Amino acid sequence: FTKEKFDAATLDELEDLLIQSDLGLAAAERVTAAVGRARHARQLDGESVRAIVAQEVSKTLAPVAIPLDPPESARPAVILVVGVNGSGKTTTIGKLAETYRTAGMKIVLAAGDTFRAAAVEQLGVWAERAGAIFISKETGADAAALAYEAYAKARAEDADLLIIDTAGRLQNKAGLMAELEKIVRVLKKFDAEAPHASLLVLDATTGQNALGQVEAFGKVAGVTGLVMTKLDGTARGGILVAVAEKYRLPVHFIGVGEGVDDLEPFDADDFARALVGLPRVEKDYSF
Amino acid sequence: MFDTLTHRLGGILDRLTRRGALTEADVSEAMREVRRALLEADVALEVVRSFVDRVKERAVGVEVVKSVTPGQMVVKIVHDELVAMLGADAQPISLAAAVPVPILMVGLQGSGKTTSTAKIARRLTTRDRRKVLMASLDTRRPAAMEQLATLGKQTEVATLPIVPGQTALQIARRAMEAGRLGGYDVVLLDTAGRTTLDEALMAEVVEVKKATNPHEVLLVADALTGQDAVTTARAFDQAVGVTGIVLTRVDGDGRGGAALSMRAVTGKPIKLVGVGERFDAVEDFDPARIANRILGM
Ligand SMILES: Nc1nc2c(ncn2[C@@H]2O[C@H](COP(=O)(O)OP(=O)(O)OP(=O)(O)O)[C@@H](O)[C@H]2O)c(=O)[nH]1
Ligand SMILES: Nc1nc2c(ncn2[C@@H]2O[C@H](COP(=O)(O)OP(=O)(O)OP(=O)(O)O)[C@@H](O)[C@H]2O)c(=O)[nH]1
Ligand SMILES: [K+]
Ligand SMILES: [Mg+2]
Ligand SMILES: [Mg+2]
Repeated sequence: FTKEKFDAATLDELEDLLIQSDLGLAAAERVTAAVGRARHARQLDGESVRAIVAQEVSKTLAPVAIPLDPPESARPAVILVVGVNGSGKTTTIGKLAETYRTAGMKIVLAAGDTFRAAAVEQLGVWAERAGAIFISKETGADAAALAYEAYAKARAEDADLLIIDTAGRLQNKAGLMAELEKIVRVLKKFDAEAPHASLLVLDATTGQNALGQVEAFGKVAGVTGLVMTKLDGTARGGILVAVAEKYRLPVHFIGVGEGVDDLEPFDADDFARALVGLPRVEKDYSF
Repeated sequence: MFDTLTHRLGGILDRLTRRGALTEADVSEAMREVRRALLEADVALEVVRSFVDRVKERAVGVEVVKSVTPGQMVVKIVHDELVAMLGADAQPISLAAAVPVPILMVGLQGSGKTTSTAKIARRLTTRDRRKVLMASLDTRRPAAMEQLATLGKQTEVATLPIVPGQTALQIARRAMEAGRLGGYDVVLLDTAGRTTLDEALMAEVVEVKKATNPHEVLLVADALTGQDAVTTARAFDQAVGVTGIVLTRVDGDGRGGAALSMRAVTGKPIKLVGVGERFDAVEDFDPARIANRILGM
């Protein structure tokens, strides 16, 4: 935007910007309308306009920016990680393990993807990096059986946290989705509260399909929260705004790279600013 | 993949054909709805815009005004423009080059490169009777090389032995050498996933391309991709000169906008679609058939 008045054309440009960030039409229109109502009489430059949009987006996201604190009372607390193929589940588990180990927890990782070639080996590498106990079976084994063994092992080891990887699956595949349900059933035999968290991993490059993912995985795996990966690329992950409006699920973390430390707590302001192409505001936490 | 779009466009165009004479306002209204339908199907905004503009321009022209069935004329224009956008003919992977023919697989993280490499290798081996070697240049993702080696065993296609510590460029050179010495027809080079903002990694794949001079550079992209499809396709095309697109996860219920977007901004054909996780779950992409399906014809 140039220094033109904050007029209808500016609002159209705004809506375009939001559409291009994958908000989807409905959310883009809603945000644009809200910004339009708040229009100021004075002349605004492009950056100020963007800042107002960011504020509006942040309002939607702030209530869902919630950290993930596994319950201390559960031994082990269980985190189940689900999502479509290639979204970043296994990598996120590696990063989560590192995060919680650094917080002093004893962690078991379970290689519940017994389908994909070398999925077990991949998680094994992450377990080593993060200093976690690693439980696996051969490729082709029953994932629910693996979850059962992993829980027993985690309890025997008196671990704080058991994180279970699962094979990627598209939400329109009923058979594969039923398999997830079975894993959840098995865990509930040990602990009716398990899994204490069921994380859906969403890829930031995903478009409107993410809504369907949240819906379907929510039904079969009782999703309790979200992680959005690959925000270090060019995709801005605006679908999260539509998801937040519709499902109000907590967003716990974002993935910003392939390294073990490339996991950040979800921050509504930072996310909203990046969405409209504004730099982060450095926060000063010191007193 | 295109079911929702089919449904939406079908409804809009049906209403149009039921009308008798069409005013410019009727056409504009229909095009606003077409715009919505395309955006909701994840077609990139700039692609939607130019599509709608082209259709509109033709639809207010003489061919429609003078037509006795103007609605049907508009439908035909939408169809023609869709076909033009998708490309008219199916374009298979080309092997018309000196053996061993190098094929380079590129794309974002997790898009399906390694799986697609195995699918293509298997197809070239069993259907086209070629002797194929696969090599993983992915030195980054944990167990990436093991993944390709396992897929090699499953598909009964040779894989380049893993030598720890080599760079992607070194592996690429070794693969081409092994391809020549081993009398292979095709060498498939699977690469690490990369975001296009990662300058070091983009430079790496450019180096690999220079060293191997691939006959095909296939951009592997997820059919569930949203608006980022154009940015990604353009960036890879500019960096390494994409020759074709492999669209994966077409077995999902995504709305297929990425296919239209990527094709439109690069002009490069979608050569194959992945329709499942197994190594036989791959199909040719037939643009005309897809365009017909989108419009329910
Ligand atoms: N740039 C970037 N890459 C990521 C991020 N998270 C994961 N990846 C990469 O994305 C690719 C897929 O990640 P995985 O963790 O294997 O994904 P997955 O969901 O377990 O995949 P499947 O098990 O095959 O369904 C890998 O190359 C990861 O390194 C991220 O936040 N940023
Ligand atoms: N349903 C479905 N899954 C697919 C398809 N193609 C690949 N996948 C899955 O997508 C996930 C990622 O595939 P990979 O082949 O590992 O992707 P990649 O691009 O090599 O990933 P990186 O090397 O980490 O960048 C795996 O779970 C595959 O099984 C497809 O056409 N349909
Ligand atoms: K993806
Ligand atoms: Mg995985
Ligand atoms: Mg790979």
